[in-house]
Amino acid sequence: MSVAVGLLLLAGLFFQAVAALGVVRMPDVYTRLHAVSKVETLSVMLTLGAVALSTGLGLTATKVLLVALFLFLANPTSTHAITRAALRLGVRPWQRHPKDAA
Amino acid sequence: MRTLFLAATLALLALTLVYVHRIAVGPTVFDRLLGVSALGTKATIALLLVGGFYDRVDMFVDIALGYALLSFIGSLAAARYFERALDRR
Repeated sequence: MSVAVGLLLLAGLFFQAVAALGVVRMPDVYTRLHAVSKVETLSVMLTLGAVALSTGLGLTATKVLLVALFLFLANPTSTHAITRAALRLGVRPWQRHPKDAA
Repeated sequence: MRTLFLAATLALLALTLVYVHRIAVGPTVFDRLLGVSALGTKATIALLLVGGFYDRVDMFVDIALGYALLSFIGSLAAARYFERALDRR
């Protein structure tokens, strides 16, 4: 049990680190949102799965999984809203060779 | 189990610094919005991990759920606010 919790926590933290790397290294806001939203949602699933597993079966584990389900729906929604606002307000997507493309 | 949750919380808090840097530097306002919304998610996770550390997840899960709801509504409202500014122009 404890081993499974540890492995899930480790996997969740690994994906958090990947998301942080994406936030640091990606060139513009769209790619950063891409990195954060997907990878962080996976990390939420793993980490909250570890917490739910550590409490054992019962009401608390169900509530933790409900938080996970809510974040699973809310994270992509807020990311989509931010991306849509950025695109509508004219933030240009990053291009490797802006002059060649124009 | 307690040390496990403590270590995970501390590692998560260390990764938080990256997002604080993005909020401070971020070239556009949407980078800052991305940082704030990601920090909200991370705070929800950290609350549950702290709950695991104190062995009181039953108490902390309600706080985490409320925090997740508020942070989601906050980032949605901010994104819609900037879109509204465009529509009024």
